[in-house]
Amino acid sequence: MSKPRTLFEKVWDAHLVRPETPETPAVLYIDLHLIHEVTSPQAFTELRQRGLRVRRPDKTLGTMDHSTPTTPRNHLGIIPVIDPMAISQLEQLRKNCAEFGIPLFELGDENQGIVHVIGPEQGLTQPGMTIVCGDSHTSTHGAFGALAFGIGTSEVGHVLATQCLLQRKPKTCAVRIDGRLGPGVTAKDIILALIAKYGVGGGTGYVFEYMGEAIRSLSMEERMTICNMSIEGGARAGMVAPDDTTFEYIAGRPFAPKGADFEAAVARWRTLPTDEGAVFDHELTLSASELKPMITYGTNPGMGIPIDAPVPRPEDMPDARSRAALDKALAYMGLEPGKPLLGHPVDVVFIGSCTNSRLSDLRQAAQFFRGRKVAPGVRVMVVPGSQQVKRAAEAEGLDRIFKEAGAEWREAGCSACLGMNDDKVPPGKYAVSTSNRNFEGRQGPGARTMLASPLTAAATAVTGVVTDPRTLMN
Amino acid sequence: MEPISTITGKAVVLPVENIDTDQIIPARFLKVTDKSGLAAGLFEAWRYLPDGTPNPDFPLNRPEAAGATILISGRNFGCGSSREHAPWALQDYGFRAVLAPSFADIFRSNALKIGLLPVTIEQAIYDELVAMYANDPQMALTIDLAAQTVTLPDGRQVGFPIDAFSKYCLLHGVDQLGFLLNQADAIAAYEASHPQPVKTTG
Ligand code: SF4
Repeated sequence: MSKPRTLFEKVWDAHLVRPETPETPAVLYIDLHLIHEVTSPQAFTELRQRGLRVRRPDKTLGTMDHSTPTTPRNHLGIIPVIDPMAISQLEQLRKNCAEFGIPLFELGDENQGIVHVIGPEQGLTQPGMTIVCGDSHTSTHGAFGALAFGIGTSEVGHVLATQCLLQRKPKTCAVRIDGRLGPGVTAKDIILALIAKYGVGGGTGYVFEYMGEAIRSLSMEERMTICNMSIEGGARAGMVAPDDTTFEYIAGRPFAPKGADFEAAVARWRTLPTDEGAVFDHELTLSASELKPMITYGTNPGMGIPIDAPVPRPEDMPDARSRAALDKALAYMGLEPGKPLLGHPVDVVFIGSCTNSRLSDLRQAAQFFRGRKVAPGVRVMVVPGSQQVKRAAEAEGLDRIFKEAGAEWREAGCSACLGMNDDKVPPGKYAVSTSNRNFEGRQGPGARTMLASPLTAAATAVTGVVTDPRTLMN
Repeated sequence: MEPISTITGKAVVLPVENIDTDQIIPARFLKVTDKSGLAAGLFEAWRYLPDGTPNPDFPLNRPEAAGATILISGRNFGCGSSREHAPWALQDYGFRAVLAPSFADIFRSNALKIGLLPVTIEQAIYDELVAMYANDPQMALTIDLAAQTVTLPDGRQVGFPIDAFSKYCLLHGVDQLGFLLNQADAIAAYEASHPQPVKTTG
């Protein structure tokens, strides 16, 4: 009998071109490399300077998402880009993909979208694969039982040229989430609670495997929300063992195997889950049944509280360093310690990003907009994760619900998640955002971000103040 | 890449934990298609006041910090996005090494690739360095990569860990892509014996 292995170990072992030694890291083969306009141009420059080609354009796919505007199409059906630097970056990606034979979902394409939304929706993301992208939220794809992580631009060049990466084997961490979520509590609340409990550095050096009753009962889109924010917990990758929910999601998607090939793939995928008796280096736990909707009050994703809790007070912190960090965060956020966030006025609500911009997120949000109006003075941006999500939402009439309520229904992209395109939160203004980072200035210089679920964001949009979504549910 | 053996230089302390890559370089500076000029965006929100003038209270703006080549900062340095622009910006500004009690995984990996040395020190040593810097904002350190030691301003030496391969590459100015390119035969053999799960070209 061979030694019991974890899901991660099985995927890792199957991709070793060369195992690691004390002197050299492992050479790890990459099955899918996703690229976008921001972190790839310098890698292509490097390739040209060295006279190298892209080894496997057929394992590479480009999309445009970060610096793209999400303004509605003009009368010609074109999304106008006006920022000259964004234009040059997008042009560069188009040129690089054309020159090296890499397929590209460019702005305006019916498949364009946020890189971590399109991989799964196209059926490109499959169990047991290795997937990388010059973007830290590549961890999203781990929801399918793939080993997926973000890389830097030098490494983007490595993968373009060799389809491989040099990697030291990370440690494994089981993240056990038992119980069932109560009404109004979502996958986003699970991951915000986990990071609040263990901190933003708690997963450094580890690959998370999420398991337990709560995870099993989640849909693929919900699992993606959780894996997406593994990096906010410090873990470069987060994985969920594939099961029938996974296989059903993949079946019939454009790049999924078909017919007998699909059956054969499923048989292979069924061998991936962690073996009985396999050992993890570390374990974290959380009980889903006790969770409430979560919201962040500070300037890193670990600074989160249940929505009805008061903002922590510096004097209650265990040591001087965390006191200083809290002081700094509250000064930036303009929040008073000891006071509840509930009822705090907000200026902007952003529903979007690779964490929460899929169809199920938009459906959840829409339920609070239906028959209601956006509160006066609040700007609400609803940004689908991809053109496909946008079309699917429109087919159900979700766009009309948002627009009739007074929210903006925009084109697909990263939008206000990162303050790189035109969608920003103004200085000093408060935003409730379904994205993943509340860092200082993340959504624009001086922007004050509170991270929450689509339900909490939508409830807040229609009341104008931080609102517990459970109070709007009947 | 230039080989690194020892780095001796003036240090500047930025005593903040969990400094994320959005602080190191905000996203609006990432619209470039090359690596030049990123120093202008380094710690932009902290370095400048809202009116665009330098913030005199920010450690990097103090006169004593001029010419500093070593940055000392709190734990979990470089968390957040995978942007290599963060180490590029630090290097472009003039930093050659960052000392912190811990680093985020992707930042560490990116920094090692470009020859910006991430040096992990114990929390207690970090706390001491913060105190020493308060007394002597001109303090200098020496980092010896071969010996894996940092010489503190008071002459004590402390060790630091570094992966053997990264150390070799930095010491010899070897870049890792060259090593990977030499694996071409092994990569071809791997490809020949493993089915391709997906083909993006249809
Ligand atoms: S939506 Fe935000 S977090 Fe996701 S890939 Fe885009 S910028 Fe990054």
